[in-house]
Amino acid sequence: MPRYYTEEHEWIDVDGDVATVGITDFAQGQLGDIVFVEVPDTGAQLSAGGDAAVVESVKAASDVYAPVDGVVTEGNGQLEEDPALVNSDPEGEGWFFRMTLSDKGQLDGLMNAAAYKEFCDSL
Amino acid sequence: MRDDEDDTGEAAVETATLPLDAWHRAKGARMVEFAGYWMPIQYEGIMAEHQWTRANAGLFDVSHMGQLILSGEGVAEALETLVPGDISALKPGRMRYSLLLAEDGGILDDLMITGGDHELYMVVNGAVKWDDIAHLREHLPDAIGLNHMDEQALLALQGPKAAAALERLVPGVGALVFMQAGGFDWNGVPLGISRSGYTGEDGFEISVPAAHVGALADALCAMEEVKPIGLGARDSLRLEAGLPLYGHDLDPATDPVEGDLGFAISKRRREEGGFPGAARILGHLADGAPRKRVGLLVDGKLPVREGAKLFDGETEIGVATSGGFAPSVGAPIAMGYVPTGLSAPGTAIAAEVRGKRVPCTVAAMPFVPHKYVRKQGA
Repeated sequence: MPRYYTEEHEWIDVDGDVATVGITDFAQGQLGDIVFVEVPDTGAQLSAGGDAAVVESVKAASDVYAPVDGVVTEGNGQLEEDPALVNSDPEGEGWFFRMTLSDKGQLDGLMNAAAYKEFCDSL
Repeated sequence: MRDDEDDTGEAAVETATLPLDAWHRAKGARMVEFAGYWMPIQYEGIMAEHQWTRANAGLFDVSHMGQLILSGEGVAEALETLVPGDISALKPGRMRYSLLLAEDGGILDDLMITGGDHELYMVVNGAVKWDDIAHLREHLPDAIGLNHMDEQALLALQGPKAAAALERLVPGVGALVFMQAGGFDWNGVPLGISRSGYTGEDGFEISVPAAHVGALADALCAMEEVKPIGLGARDSLRLEAGLPLYGHDLDPATDPVEGDLGFAISKRRREEGGFPGAARILGHLADGAPRKRVGLLVDGKLPVREGAKLFDGETEIGVATSGGFAPSVGAPIAMGYVPTGLSAPGTAIAAEVRGKRVPCTVAAMPFVPHKYVRKQGA
Protein backbone atom coordinates (compact mmCIF):
# COMPACT_ATOMS: atom_id res chain seq x y z
CA MET A 1 0.00 0.00 0.00
CA PRO A 2 1.83 3.12 -1.16
CA ARG A 3 2.02 6.09 1.16
CA TYR A 4 2.35 9.67 -0.04
CA TYR A 5 3.13 12.91 1.77
CA THR A 6 2.28 16.59 1.33
CA GLU A 7 4.34 19.69 2.04
CA GLU A 8 1.69 20.54 4.64
CA HIS A 9 2.72 17.37 6.54
CA GLU A 10 -0.26 15.17 5.81
CA TRP A 11 0.22 11.53 4.87
CA ILE A 12 -2.13 9.55 2.64
CA ASP A 13 -2.27 5.76 2.34
CA VAL A 14 -3.86 4.58 -0.88
CA ASP A 15 -5.69 1.24 -1.13
CA GLY A 16 -7.46 0.97 -4.46
CA ASP A 17 -9.94 3.84 -4.72
CA VAL A 18 -9.94 4.60 -1.00
CA ALA A 19 -7.32 6.50 1.00
CA THR A 20 -6.59 7.09 4.68
CA VAL A 21 -5.27 10.51 5.72
CA GLY A 22 -3.44 11.71 8.83
CA ILE A 23 -0.67 14.05 9.90
CA THR A 24 2.94 13.00 10.05
CA ASP A 25 5.12 12.30 13.06
CA PHE A 26 7.07 15.44 12.17
CA ALA A 27 3.81 17.43 12.29
CA GLN A 28 2.70 16.12 15.68
CA GLY A 29 6.16 16.88 17.06
CA GLN A 30 5.87 20.46 15.87
CA LEU A 31 2.36 20.85 17.29
CA GLY A 32 3.08 19.38 20.69
CA ASP A 33 0.34 18.13 23.00
CA ILE A 34 -2.84 17.69 21.00
CA VAL A 35 -6.03 18.32 22.95
CA PHE A 36 -8.73 18.33 20.29
CA VAL A 37 -9.27 17.01 16.78
CA GLU A 38 -12.18 17.87 14.50
CA VAL A 39 -12.57 15.36 11.68
CA PRO A 40 -14.83 15.91 8.64
CA ASP A 41 -18.33 14.44 8.45
CA THR A 42 -18.92 11.38 6.34
CA GLY A 43 -20.03 12.50 2.91
CA ALA A 44 -18.13 15.78 3.02
CA GLN A 45 -16.76 16.78 -0.38
CA LEU A 46 -13.06 17.62 -0.16
CA SER A 47 -10.84 19.28 -2.68
CA ALA A 48 -7.06 19.07 -2.78
CA GLY A 49 -5.51 21.82 -0.64
CA GLY A 50 -8.84 22.71 0.96
CA ASP A 51 -9.70 22.57 4.67
CA ALA A 52 -10.49 19.05 5.82
CA ALA A 53 -9.91 18.85 9.57
CA VAL A 54 -8.69 20.91 12.51
CA VAL A 55 -6.14 19.85 15.08
CA GLU A 56 -5.73 21.84 18.28
CA SER A 57 -2.65 21.72 20.45
CA VAL A 58 -2.42 23.36 23.86
CA LYS A 59 -1.11 26.43 22.08
CA ALA A 60 -3.06 26.85 18.85
CA ALA A 61 -5.48 25.52 16.25
CA SER A 62 -4.09 24.28 12.93
CA ASP A 63 -5.87 23.33 9.74
CA VAL A 64 -5.39 19.97 8.10
CA TYR A 65 -5.83 19.96 4.33
CA ALA A 66 -7.15 17.36 1.94
CA PRO A 67 -4.20 15.97 -0.05
CA VAL A 68 -6.46 15.14 -3.03
CA ASP A 69 -10.06 15.55 -4.21
CA GLY A 70 -12.64 13.10 -2.91
CA VAL A 71 -15.50 12.33 -0.55
CA VAL A 72 -15.09 11.46 3.13
CA THR A 73 -16.18 7.91 3.91
CA GLU A 74 -15.27 7.86 7.60
CA GLY A 75 -13.81 10.10 10.30
CA ASN A 76 -11.71 8.56 13.09
CA GLY A 77 -14.18 8.67 15.99
CA GLN A 78 -11.48 7.53 18.41
CA LEU A 79 -9.81 10.93 18.21
CA GLU A 80 -12.81 12.58 19.84
CA GLU A 81 -12.21 10.61 23.05
CA ASP A 82 -8.45 10.40 22.80
CA PRO A 83 -6.92 13.23 20.73
CA ALA A 84 -3.49 12.37 22.16
CA LEU A 85 -3.48 9.34 19.84
CA VAL A 86 -2.21 11.78 17.24
CA ASN A 87 0.87 12.32 19.42
CA SER A 88 1.42 8.69 20.35
CA ASP A 89 0.68 7.04 16.98
CA PRO A 90 0.31 9.74 14.31
CA GLU A 91 0.89 7.50 11.31
CA GLY A 92 -1.20 4.59 12.64
CA GLU A 93 -4.08 4.68 15.16
CA GLY A 94 -4.05 8.48 15.01
CA TRP A 95 -5.36 8.66 11.41
CA PHE A 96 -7.89 11.46 10.75
CA PHE A 97 -10.27 10.33 8.01
CA ARG A 98 -10.82 8.03 5.04
CA MET A 99 -11.83 9.32 1.62
CA THR A 100 -12.49 8.25 -1.93
CA LEU A 101 -10.09 9.32 -4.67
CA SER A 102 -11.71 11.30 -7.47
CA ASP A 103 -8.53 11.69 -9.47
CA LYS A 104 -5.68 9.28 -8.84
CA GLY A 105 -3.49 11.42 -11.07
CA GLN A 106 -3.28 13.94 -8.20
CA LEU A 107 -1.09 11.47 -6.29
CA ASP A 108 1.70 12.15 -8.77
CA GLY A 109 2.12 15.61 -7.28
CA LEU A 110 2.81 14.23 -3.78
CA MET A 111 6.07 13.04 -2.20
CA ASN A 112 7.13 9.51 -1.35
CA ALA A 113 8.73 8.68 2.02
CA ALA A 114 12.28 9.42 0.88
CA ALA A 115 11.34 12.75 -0.69
CA TYR A 116 9.33 13.74 2.38
CA LYS A 117 12.23 12.95 4.71
CA GLU A 118 14.48 15.10 2.58
CA PHE A 119 11.84 17.85 2.66
CA CYS A 120 11.65 17.77 6.49
CA ASP A 121 15.43 17.76 6.82
CA SER A 122 15.54 20.91 4.70
CA LEU A 123 13.16 22.81 7.02
CA MET B 1 -1.30 21.29 8.10
CA ARG B 2 -0.68 24.91 8.87
CA ASP B 3 -0.93 27.05 12.01
CA ASP B 4 -3.91 29.40 12.07
CA GLU B 5 -1.86 31.85 14.04
CA ASP B 6 1.45 33.04 12.76
CA ASP B 7 3.81 32.70 15.70
CA THR B 8 6.46 34.82 14.09
CA GLY B 9 4.27 37.92 13.86
CA GLU B 10 4.98 40.78 11.52
CA ALA B 11 8.24 41.94 12.98
CA ALA B 12 9.29 44.94 10.95
CA VAL B 13 12.12 45.56 13.40
CA GLU B 14 14.77 42.92 13.79
CA THR B 15 13.94 40.49 16.57
CA ALA B 16 16.30 40.95 19.53
CA THR B 17 17.93 38.23 21.58
CA LEU B 18 17.85 37.94 25.37
CA PRO B 19 20.94 37.24 27.50
CA LEU B 20 19.91 33.57 27.86
CA ASP B 21 19.26 33.00 24.14
CA ALA B 22 22.05 30.46 23.64
CA TRP B 23 21.21 28.83 26.97
CA HIS B 24 17.60 28.21 25.87
CA ARG B 25 18.69 26.78 22.54
CA ALA B 26 21.20 24.49 24.24
CA LYS B 27 18.36 23.22 26.44
CA GLY B 28 16.41 22.27 23.32
CA ALA B 29 13.92 25.13 23.41
CA ARG B 30 11.77 25.96 20.43
CA MET B 31 12.17 29.72 20.01
CA VAL B 32 9.46 32.10 18.83
CA GLU B 33 9.25 35.86 18.42
CA PHE B 34 7.44 37.47 21.35
CA ALA B 35 7.41 41.11 22.42
CA GLY B 36 10.25 41.81 19.99
CA TYR B 37 12.52 39.06 21.34
CA TRP B 38 13.32 35.46 20.52
CA MET B 39 11.87 33.55 23.44
CA PRO B 40 11.44 29.87 24.35
CA ILE B 41 7.86 28.72 23.77
CA GLN B 42 8.58 25.22 25.06
CA TYR B 43 11.33 22.72 25.83
CA GLU B 44 9.93 19.21 26.30
CA GLY B 45 6.27 20.17 25.83
CA ILE B 46 3.74 22.60 27.23
CA MET B 47 1.65 20.03 29.07
CA ALA B 48 4.62 18.42 30.84
CA GLU B 49 6.14 21.81 31.69
CA HIS B 50 2.82 23.07 33.08
CA GLN B 51 2.40 20.01 35.30
CA TRP B 52 6.03 20.20 36.39
CA THR B 53 5.57 23.77 37.59
CA ARG B 54 2.41 22.88 39.54
CA ALA B 55 4.22 19.96 41.24
CA ASN B 56 7.87 21.06 41.47
CA ALA B 57 9.62 24.27 40.43
CA GLY B 58 9.76 25.87 37.00
CA LEU B 59 12.36 28.40 35.85
CA PHE B 60 11.05 31.09 33.49
CA ASP B 61 13.16 33.64 31.63
CA VAL B 62 11.16 36.87 31.71
CA SER B 63 14.05 39.14 30.79
CA HIS B 64 11.92 40.70 28.04
CA MET B 65 10.00 42.55 30.71
CA GLY B 66 11.04 46.10 31.50
CA GLN B 67 12.76 46.76 34.83
CA LEU B 68 12.57 50.42 35.74
CA ILE B 69 13.71 52.52 38.68
CA LEU B 70 11.94 55.77 39.41
CA SER B 71 13.75 57.97 41.89
CA GLY B 72 13.67 61.36 43.54
CA GLU B 73 11.96 63.26 46.31
CA GLY B 74 8.18 62.76 46.10
CA VAL B 75 8.44 59.89 43.60
CA ALA B 76 5.46 58.01 45.07
CA GLU B 77 3.19 61.05 44.93
CA ALA B 78 4.31 61.74 41.37
CA LEU B 79 3.56 58.19 40.24
CA GLU B 80 0.15 58.35 41.92
CA THR B 81 -0.92 60.84 39.25
CA LEU B 82 -0.59 57.99 36.71
CA VAL B 83 -1.72 54.88 38.64
CA PRO B 84 -4.67 54.23 41.02
CA GLY B 85 -2.71 52.46 43.80
CA ASP B 86 -1.70 53.80 47.21
CA ILE B 87 1.98 54.12 46.31
CA SER B 88 2.77 56.59 49.14
CA ALA B 89 1.93 53.86 51.65
CA LEU B 90 4.25 51.36 50.00
CA LYS B 91 7.03 50.59 52.48
CA PRO B 92 10.51 49.65 51.27
CA GLY B 93 10.48 46.02 50.19
CA ARG B 94 6.71 45.84 49.81
CA MET B 95 5.08 45.33 46.40
CA ARG B 96 1.83 46.23 44.82
CA TYR B 97 0.12 45.28 41.55
CA SER B 98 -0.97 48.41 39.77
CA LEU B 99 -2.13 49.82 36.45
CA LEU B 100 -0.75 52.54 34.25
CA LEU B 101 -3.83 54.49 33.18
CA ALA B 102 -4.56 56.68 30.17
CA GLU B 103 -6.35 60.01 30.55
CA ASP B 104 -9.73 58.30 30.01
CA GLY B 105 -9.01 55.55 32.55
CA GLY B 106 -8.12 52.92 29.95
CA ILE B 107 -5.34 50.52 30.91
CA LEU B 108 -1.98 51.23 29.24
CA ASP B 109 -0.20 48.44 31.13
CA ASP B 110 -0.33 46.39 34.29
CA LEU B 111 2.77 46.37 36.42
CA MET B 112 4.41 45.49 39.74
CA ILE B 113 5.73 48.30 41.91
CA THR B 114 8.17 47.72 44.78
CA GLY B 115 8.84 50.39 47.37
CA GLY B 116 12.36 51.62 48.13
CA ASP B 117 14.10 54.54 49.79
CA HIS B 118 12.91 57.53 47.74
CA GLU B 119 12.73 55.21 44.78
CA LEU B 120 10.39 52.68 43.22
CA TYR B 121 11.31 49.55 41.29
CA MET B 122 8.82 48.57 38.63
CA VAL B 123 8.41 45.59 36.33
CA VAL B 124 6.35 46.30 33.22
CA ASN B 125 5.26 44.17 30.27
CA GLY B 126 7.86 43.59 27.56
CA ALA B 127 5.53 44.28 24.65
CA VAL B 128 4.71 47.82 25.82
CA LYS B 129 7.80 48.77 27.84
CA TRP B 130 8.97 51.41 25.37
CA ASP B 131 5.52 53.01 25.35
CA ASP B 132 5.47 52.90 29.16
CA ILE B 133 8.85 54.60 29.39
CA ALA B 134 7.74 57.32 26.98
CA HIS B 135 4.49 57.82 28.89
CA LEU B 136 6.25 58.02 32.26
CA ARG B 137 8.89 60.39 30.94
CA GLU B 138 6.23 62.62 29.40
CA HIS B 139 4.02 62.81 32.48
CA LEU B 140 6.42 62.67 35.43
CA PRO B 141 8.22 65.84 36.60
CA ASP B 142 11.73 66.24 35.24
CA ALA B 143 13.08 65.97 38.78
CA ILE B 144 11.99 62.32 38.91
CA GLY B 145 14.72 60.05 37.56
CA LEU B 146 13.81 57.10 35.30
CA ASN B 147 16.39 54.38 34.87
CA HIS B 148 15.66 51.50 32.50
CA MET B 149 17.76 48.66 33.94
CA ASP B 150 18.43 47.04 30.59
CA GLU B 151 21.60 45.38 31.90
CA GLN B 152 19.48 43.29 34.26
CA ALA B 153 17.95 39.93 33.37
CA LEU B 154 14.81 38.66 35.14
CA LEU B 155 14.08 35.07 36.10
CA ALA B 156 10.98 33.64 37.74
CA LEU B 157 11.15 30.47 39.81
CA GLN B 158 7.63 29.19 40.41
CA GLY B 159 6.05 26.17 42.05
CA PRO B 160 5.64 24.42 45.40
CA LYS B 161 9.34 23.49 45.53
CA ALA B 162 10.63 26.92 44.48
CA ALA B 163 11.25 28.16 48.02
CA ALA B 164 13.25 25.11 49.12
CA ALA B 165 15.32 25.21 45.94
CA LEU B 166 16.11 28.92 46.04
CA GLU B 167 16.83 28.84 49.79
CA ARG B 168 19.64 26.36 49.06
CA LEU B 169 21.35 28.88 46.77
CA VAL B 170 20.34 32.07 48.54
CA PRO B 171 19.94 31.44 52.28
CA GLY B 172 17.34 33.69 53.89
CA VAL B 173 15.15 34.11 50.84
CA GLY B 174 12.51 31.86 52.38
CA ALA B 175 11.80 34.55 54.97
CA LEU B 176 10.12 36.70 52.32
CA VAL B 177 6.34 36.48 52.11
CA PHE B 178 4.10 37.04 49.10
CA MET B 179 4.58 40.52 47.60
CA GLN B 180 7.71 41.23 49.62
CA ALA B 181 11.14 41.88 48.12
CA GLY B 182 14.74 42.34 49.21
CA GLY B 183 18.36 42.49 48.15
CA PHE B 184 20.41 39.29 48.39
CA ASP B 185 23.85 38.08 47.48
CA TRP B 186 24.74 34.96 45.50
CA ASN B 187 28.48 34.28 45.29
CA GLY B 188 29.12 38.01 45.23
CA VAL B 189 26.41 38.67 42.62
CA PRO B 190 23.73 41.09 43.84
CA LEU B 191 20.20 39.76 43.34
CA GLY B 192 16.90 41.61 43.74
CA ILE B 193 14.42 38.95 44.78
CA SER B 194 10.69 39.22 45.34
CA ARG B 195 8.22 36.55 46.41
CA SER B 196 5.84 36.98 43.51
CA GLY B 197 5.09 35.68 40.07
CA TYR B 198 2.34 35.11 37.55
CA THR B 199 1.49 31.42 37.76
CA GLY B 200 -0.67 31.31 40.89
CA GLU B 201 2.03 29.23 42.59
CA ASP B 202 4.35 30.24 45.38
CA GLY B 203 7.54 31.51 43.87
CA PHE B 204 10.06 34.25 43.24
CA GLU B 205 11.19 36.73 40.66
CA ILE B 206 14.93 37.31 40.56
CA SER B 207 16.58 40.36 39.03
CA VAL B 208 20.19 39.51 38.18
CA PRO B 209 22.90 41.28 36.16
CA ALA B 210 22.75 39.91 32.60
CA ALA B 211 26.41 38.85 32.80
CA HIS B 212 25.56 36.39 35.59
CA VAL B 213 22.15 35.11 34.52
CA GLY B 214 23.57 32.07 32.70
CA ALA B 215 25.45 30.91 35.78
CA LEU B 216 22.39 31.45 37.97
CA ALA B 217 20.10 29.60 35.56
CA ASP B 218 22.61 26.72 35.49
CA ALA B 219 22.81 26.63 39.28
CA LEU B 220 19.03 26.59 39.57
CA CYS B 221 18.52 23.91 36.93
CA ALA B 222 21.24 21.76 38.51
CA MET B 223 18.77 21.08 41.33
CA GLU B 224 16.53 18.11 40.67
CA GLU B 225 13.27 19.95 41.38
CA VAL B 226 13.96 22.74 38.84
CA LYS B 227 13.37 22.62 35.08
CA PRO B 228 13.23 25.41 32.50
CA ILE B 229 9.68 26.25 31.41
CA GLY B 230 8.62 28.05 28.25
CA LEU B 231 6.11 30.75 27.41
CA GLY B 232 3.48 28.21 26.41
CA ALA B 233 3.15 26.83 29.93
CA ARG B 234 3.53 30.31 31.39
CA ASP B 235 0.37 31.23 29.48
CA SER B 236 -1.66 28.17 30.54
CA LEU B 237 -0.52 28.59 34.16
CA ARG B 238 -1.50 32.26 34.36
CA LEU B 239 -4.83 31.55 32.62
CA GLU B 240 -5.69 28.91 35.24
CA ALA B 241 -4.65 31.40 37.94
CA GLY B 242 -7.18 33.89 36.51
CA LEU B 243 -4.45 36.44 35.84
CA PRO B 244 -5.01 38.74 32.87
CA LEU B 245 -2.43 39.08 30.10
CA TYR B 246 -1.89 42.63 28.92
CA GLY B 247 -2.60 43.16 25.24
CA HIS B 248 -5.08 40.29 25.30
CA ASP B 249 -7.30 40.47 28.39
CA LEU B 250 -6.53 44.13 29.10
CA ASP B 251 -6.07 47.03 26.69
CA PRO B 252 -6.49 50.81 26.43
CA ALA B 253 -10.23 50.43 25.74
CA THR B 254 -10.70 48.69 29.09
CA ASP B 255 -10.78 50.32 32.51
CA PRO B 256 -9.82 48.62 35.78
CA VAL B 257 -13.41 47.94 36.87
CA GLU B 258 -14.27 46.33 33.53
CA GLY B 259 -11.06 44.34 33.85
CA ASP B 260 -12.23 43.07 37.29
CA LEU B 261 -9.19 44.69 38.86
CA GLY B 262 -11.02 46.90 41.33
CA PHE B 263 -8.71 45.59 44.06
CA ALA B 264 -5.90 47.61 42.47
CA ILE B 265 -7.70 50.86 43.29
CA SER B 266 -6.63 51.49 46.88
CA LYS B 267 -9.09 52.70 49.53
CA ARG B 268 -7.47 56.10 49.92
CA ARG B 269 -7.41 56.66 46.18
CA ARG B 270 -11.11 55.76 45.96
CA GLU B 271 -11.81 58.47 48.49
CA GLU B 272 -9.47 61.07 47.07
CA GLY B 273 -9.44 60.32 43.33
CA GLY B 274 -6.67 62.18 41.52
CA PHE B 275 -5.69 59.41 39.10
CA PRO B 276 -6.37 59.35 35.33
CA GLY B 277 -9.96 58.54 34.46
CA ALA B 278 -11.01 58.79 38.11
CA ALA B 279 -14.52 60.02 37.27
CA ARG B 280 -15.22 57.08 34.94
CA ILE B 281 -13.53 54.51 37.19
CA LEU B 282 -15.10 55.68 40.46
CA GLY B 283 -18.47 55.82 38.67
CA HIS B 284 -18.03 52.22 37.54
CA LEU B 285 -17.02 51.20 41.07
CA ALA B 286 -20.18 52.80 42.48
CA ASP B 287 -22.71 51.83 39.82
CA GLY B 288 -21.11 48.87 38.08
CA ALA B 289 -19.35 48.84 34.70
CA PRO B 290 -21.27 47.94 31.55
CA ARG B 291 -19.09 44.88 31.03
CA LYS B 292 -16.74 42.76 33.05
CA ARG B 293 -13.89 40.30 32.60
CA VAL B 294 -15.00 36.82 33.64
CA GLY B 295 -13.72 33.27 33.60
CA LEU B 296 -15.43 30.66 31.42
CA LEU B 297 -15.57 26.92 31.91
CA VAL B 298 -16.04 25.32 28.51
CA ASP B 299 -18.33 22.34 28.00
CA GLY B 300 -16.63 19.51 26.12
CA LYS B 301 -13.13 19.45 24.69
CA LEU B 302 -13.16 22.09 21.95
CA PRO B 303 -10.88 24.94 23.04
CA VAL B 304 -12.38 28.42 23.03
CA ARG B 305 -9.58 30.83 22.18
CA GLU B 306 -8.92 34.54 21.97
CA GLY B 307 -11.30 36.21 19.54
CA ALA B 308 -14.19 33.77 19.92
CA LYS B 309 -17.50 35.65 20.03
CA LEU B 310 -19.71 35.09 23.07
CA PHE B 311 -23.49 34.70 22.88
CA ASP B 312 -26.50 34.77 25.16
CA GLY B 313 -29.04 32.92 23.05
CA GLU B 314 -28.87 34.60 19.64
CA THR B 315 -27.47 37.86 21.02
CA GLU B 316 -23.76 38.53 20.67
CA ILE B 317 -22.67 39.76 24.11
CA GLY B 318 -18.88 39.84 24.10
CA VAL B 319 -15.64 38.18 23.18
CA ALA B 320 -13.14 35.73 24.62
CA THR B 321 -9.78 37.41 25.20
CA SER B 322 -7.72 34.33 26.22
CA GLY B 323 -8.43 30.65 26.21
CA GLY B 324 -7.11 27.20 25.72
CA PHE B 325 -6.79 23.78 27.25
CA ALA B 326 -6.10 23.98 30.97
CA PRO B 327 -3.86 21.05 31.95
CA SER B 328 -4.57 21.27 35.70
CA VAL B 329 -8.33 21.60 35.13
CA GLY B 330 -8.35 18.89 32.45
CA ALA B 331 -10.67 20.90 30.22
CA PRO B 332 -10.67 24.03 28.11
CA ILE B 333 -11.11 27.35 29.93
CA ALA B 334 -11.25 30.94 28.77
CA MET B 335 -11.44 34.55 29.89
CA GLY B 336 -13.58 37.13 28.21
CA TYR B 337 -15.83 40.13 28.53
CA VAL B 338 -19.59 39.91 29.07
CA PRO B 339 -22.24 42.43 30.17
CA THR B 340 -22.08 42.80 33.95
CA GLY B 341 -25.65 41.49 34.19
CA LEU B 342 -24.41 38.18 32.78
CA SER B 343 -21.19 38.03 34.81
CA ALA B 344 -22.41 36.04 37.83
CA PRO B 345 -20.71 32.65 38.25
CA GLY B 346 -23.00 29.92 36.98
CA THR B 347 -24.46 31.99 34.13
CA ALA B 348 -24.81 29.84 31.01
CA ILE B 349 -23.63 31.41 27.74
CA ALA B 350 -22.05 30.12 24.51
CA ALA B 351 -18.92 30.78 22.51
CA GLU B 352 -18.71 30.52 18.74
CA VAL B 353 -15.85 28.42 17.38
CA ARG B 354 -15.67 27.79 13.62
CA GLY B 355 -19.40 28.43 13.29
CA LYS B 356 -20.34 26.11 16.13
CA ARG B 357 -21.87 27.17 19.43
CA VAL B 358 -19.95 25.82 22.40
CA PRO B 359 -21.76 25.98 25.77
CA CYS B 360 -19.81 27.79 28.50
CA THR B 361 -20.47 28.64 32.12
CA VAL B 362 -19.25 31.81 33.79
CA ALA B 363 -16.86 30.68 36.52
CA ALA B 364 -15.24 32.29 39.53
CA MET B 365 -11.51 32.77 39.11
CA PRO B 366 -8.93 31.51 39.78
CA PHE B 367 -9.70 28.18 38.12
CA VAL B 368 -6.87 26.63 40.16
CA PRO B 369 -6.42 27.93 43.74
CA HIS B 370 -3.55 30.33 44.36
CA LYS B 371 -0.76 28.97 46.56
CA TYR B 372 0.77 32.24 47.66
CA VAL B 373 2.69 32.17 50.96
CA ARG B 374 1.30 35.14 52.81
CA LYS B 375 2.50 34.51 56.35
CA GLN B 376 5.75 33.20 57.69
CA GLY B 377 5.51 29.60 58.82
CA ALA B 378 2.33 29.10 56.80
